Amino acid sequence: MTLLARRPRVAIAVFPGTWSERDFAHVAESILGWEARMVWHTETDLGDPDAVVLPGGFAHGDHLRTGAIARFSPVMRSVEAFAQAGGPVIGSCNGFQVLTEAGILPGALMRNDHLQFRCDWQWLRVEQPSAAAAWLGDLAEGDLIRLPISHGEGRYVADPATLDALEADGRVVLRYVDASGRRVPEANPNGSERGIAGIVNARGNVLGLMPHPERASEAELGGSDGLRLFRSLEGWLHDQPAAAERRL
Amino acid sequence: MRWIAEVLVALRPGIADPEGQTIGSGLRSLGYESVSEVRSGKLMRIAFEADDSAAAEQAIGEMCRRLLANPVMETASWELRADEQMDAEEARPS
Repeated sequence: MTLLARRPRVAIAVFPGTWSERDFAHVAESILGWEARMVWHTETDLGDPDAVVLPGGFAHGDHLRTGAIARFSPVMRSVEAFAQAGGPVIGSCNGFQVLTEAGILPGALMRNDHLQFRCDWQWLRVEQPSAAAAWLGDLAEGDLIRLPISHGEGRYVADPATLDALEADGRVVLRYVDASGRRVPEANPNGSERGIAGIVNARGNVLGLMPHPERASEAELGGSDGLRLFRSLEGWLHDQPAAAERRL
Repeated sequence: MRWIAEVLVALRPGIADPEGQTIGSGLRSLGYESVSEVRSGKLMRIAFEADDSAAAEQAIGEMCRRLLANPVMETASWELRADEQMDAEEARPS
């Protein structure tokens, strides 16, 4: 038996102000044929998912700092426990901000260096995909993918020692580049340190990224590179047929 | 008793502050050419109850560490005082 006995099941955390949950659910249900369950932030039952999504938006109005209040929502206790058990978690945009504020991923996301909200297509270079096997397993080192970004506070910062450690451990998995794959200042849409667009935790099961893979999963919407992340998860789950093994 | 803390959350030195830079260029364009740097931050005024000043200091320190400032990029400092006006009102015979 090499196939999952049932469809992959994903839990999508929804905070007051989240805005990408329906896009994620649409990709999961309509494109991939998965089960998607929205979990309101006051709930703690994730419904025994295979993976958890923290979508983009403005959780709790982004008050104080982006993601700062969301980490106190009851659902985050369950998300943290799921992540600690090695379950695959993806935080996109505001979800990335929540993961850093919760201390699940290092660093912080600050106001874009040009102070503008940036909504655009963005080229990204994939690095160390094996470090985030559940989410990037179908991608290869150096692959260029094109995803939308949509944020005012996406400037990744961390102290130099943390940045060096992330790089040394191969945990920087997505970087802002130009169409030729070069990391040049003009290709950095927000002033992120070292062009960092996405990182994983040490265990490799929690991926945080500013771009929106869920908004680039159908050719009709301008590109489907985002789908490669979800296909990676599907393949990874299929390779781990027993529920207990579906943890990194 | 009631205490008032004025908490100043500022960006750590060395963290780029594009908001402060923009305010600085606004001041210079108004003619204040001597302005060399602006650093932006947040001021929060917090009223709370604590038994004495030591307990109040401890509480506000915890609040800063646990929520008000993100140590990755921010520092917090505060001034604490007893809310005398409130104390006087409470002491007034009814």
